[in-house]
Amino acid sequence: MNLLNFVNAFFSDSSHWHGYDGIPTRAWEHVQYSLMALAVAAAIGLPVGLLTGHTGRGGNVLAFVATAARALPSFGLLVLMFVLLGLGLLPVMIPLVVLAVPPILVTTYEAVRSVDPSPVDAARGMGMSEPRILFQVEVPVALPLILSGLRSAAIQIVSTATIAAYVSLGGLGRYIVDGLYQRNYEKVVGGATLVAVLALATLTLFWAVSRAAVSPGVRRST
Amino acid sequence: MTSTANTSTSSRRLPGAAAVALAATAALLAGCSSSSGTKSDDPLANDKASGDTVVVGSNNFAESILLADIYGEALKAKGVKVTYKPNIGSRETTYGLLKNGSIKVLPEYNGALLAYLDKKAVPKTVAATTAAINAKLDSKLTLLDPAPAQDRDSITVNAATAKKYNLTEKSTIADLKNTAKDLALGASPEFQARQQGLLGLKSVYGLEFKSFKALDAGGPLTQSALQKDTVQAADIFTTDPTISKEKFVVLQDPKNLFGFENVQPLVYKSGLPQKGVEALNAVSAKLDTAALLDLDSQVQLGNKDPLDVAKGWLKSAGLG
Amino acid sequence: MNGFFHLPSDLQNTWLGLVGLHLREALLPVLAGLVVALPMAQLCVRFRWLYPPVLGVTTVLYAIPSLAFFVVLIDYTGLSETTVMIPLAVYTLVVLVPAIVDGIRSVPQETLDAADAMGFGPLRRYVQVQLPIAVPAILAGLRVATVSSLSLVSVGTLIGNQGGLGNLLTDAMFYHRPMLAVNSVVTTAVLAILLDAALVLVRILLMPWMPRATRAKRTRADARPEPSAIALEDAAR
Repeated sequence: MNLLNFVNAFFSDSSHWHGYDGIPTRAWEHVQYSLMALAVAAAIGLPVGLLTGHTGRGGNVLAFVATAARALPSFGLLVLMFVLLGLGLLPVMIPLVVLAVPPILVTTYEAVRSVDPSPVDAARGMGMSEPRILFQVEVPVALPLILSGLRSAAIQIVSTATIAAYVSLGGLGRYIVDGLYQRNYEKVVGGATLVAVLALATLTLFWAVSRAAVSPGVRRST
Repeated sequence: MTSTANTSTSSRRLPGAAAVALAATAALLAGCSSSSGTKSDDPLANDKASGDTVVVGSNNFAESILLADIYGEALKAKGVKVTYKPNIGSRETTYGLLKNGSIKVLPEYNGALLAYLDKKAVPKTVAATTAAINAKLDSKLTLLDPAPAQDRDSITVNAATAKKYNLTEKSTIADLKNTAKDLALGASPEFQARQQGLLGLKSVYGLEFKSFKALDAGGPLTQSALQKDTVQAADIFTTDPTISKEKFVVLQDPKNLFGFENVQPLVYKSGLPQKGVEALNAVSAKLDTAALLDLDSQVQLGNKDPLDVAKGWLKSAGLG
Repeated sequence: MNGFFHLPSDLQNTWLGLVGLHLREALLPVLAGLVVALPMAQLCVRFRWLYPPVLGVTTVLYAIPSLAFFVVLIDYTGLSETTVMIPLAVYTLVVLVPAIVDGIRSVPQETLDAADAMGFGPLRRYVQVQLPIAVPAILAGLRVATVSSLSLVSVGTLIGNQGGLGNLLTDAMFYHRPMLAVNSVVTTAVLAILLDAALVLVRILLMPWMPRATRAKRTRADARPEPSAIALEDAAR
């Protein structure tokens, strides 16, 4: 196992640090793709999850949709979208969003459902409107779990966004795909390391966000 | 350079852990796959049965698969047992597999092969190309006769770019001298690191493009990118049927950067019987560029199966 | 649907053949993963300090993109199915280990005490008491691992047509035949849904006394998110 040598060689080669194929450029592209996909997936998953969770209706439909979306293979979807739509960002975004929606959707639904019913009933008894109940009672309590759904989605996106390189986009996958065709292990291993580091950074970020955003009362009780 | 230090420390744990996990699962999977090993059709997994069967491999693009079919069927017609290993990858991978005998026959292109083996060679004739390759070729490998059919890498521009910069069939790569800095170039990922690629374009023609977009080996990504003007120039194979369909303009290559690109079988010496050598040489004698272009269009535009196309051509050439 | 089952010759296989290949390449790793995860999880239950580092290592391994994993393995295992299956097996651990650990930890102490009182040895107690009670959690883990494994096999097409149904994808591009890509995606998705349903069925058959819906009425005590649910979500790539 001389993987470490590859990693070392990759990161100490100064030409890997600037230009259009430099690590900062590729990493930034990767982050952009990931953020974009996460934003779209959250825009779909969060409202639907909150609404179904709050009303308690549609749980079975939701579970079916999530299972179906999970069943779609990301790489296959990517190639299919390329064959149908041609080059561009859209063929990459579709598989990434399909990948990220189920965890966000399911966890958000679960999170709202699992909120203790007594404070909800109390709020209702006090005459709070349904949106206020959702956002001022249920969401704060459900926040840790909702964040964990977003976190899973983000990590899956970060490590899967590498496939963008197969249809000629940038991102850290570039090093892996180029390395495969150039038979350059240094690039493959270097690229994989960067993706893993980015995934772990994402984990850390979500941990920090959840420390900051979750109300201390909720944190104590869990 | 602090981030360098960071990444290498955080990845230090990783190989060790990976090794343990891999060793465990590898041992397990070895057990699983040998017990379920009724299928022995993977020529790369077990080399033992290779004595009498010739494994014909191909690179990861449509024409290579078609040529492998032609070679394989020609061998079968002479009573040689053949298995196929199509769509393996780029030359960087297939050459290694040929060298260790995992595959025995591979359709090659003489100029590209030479550029892979010797970055500096600029031969003037086909024979000189063959000689130069033989000088560098692994001793276990040999080239059979080259076919007159050529399929060169090329710098090809799309119709809009040709119009904008007044480029015609007579224009050369050198004519891009002043415009290259405004053009995006697309080609396979391996093109970036090859002499017959960005390196040669710079050293031979002094060209540096505005940007490089990694696509595929003259395949659908490249075709689509050029057509949609995502890139203005691209490495397209000269036998690509989309050139005439999309009115792409292939630029001349007076300095022979892309050299001769005759289709030529590269074989693992001890893996192919004499009658096989004769069969493949007979194929090369008949295969010219017009025929290859026609066969490529049948497969890539006509929706026909490469194997049927290969068989049809062999029959019409009296080799099937 | 002209040509849906008519595959290009270079795949050297029928549609059914590819389905079989795909299933084998996806399921053997899940099986191998389960065989490794069971003792690993037991160790994590026995020695609590072991669990966080095990989770950490599996998470890091999981973060490595499959294609990179394949490429590095080519030197050791060649362009073969094994090269595709090893990473897939490693990935299943990130789902299966936490699923089994939580399953086994969920066995109430009174139940274990009862088994002890009946004179069960540790092995018998594990096989006859802990494991059966953990089955629902293990099956939940297997569902996620199976679906994700089925999806990942396709990437194997990039290392010399080792991707089962994924091999259709490269051909769809080579020959400009979108229908082949549709075939690949639809078939893989249908397989995933069928296998997922089969595992649900297994749970119902093994545990007819369990409620069909996984969710019983929640009390204050278990309103807390289950860690296993989160880990499962993490791994549904």
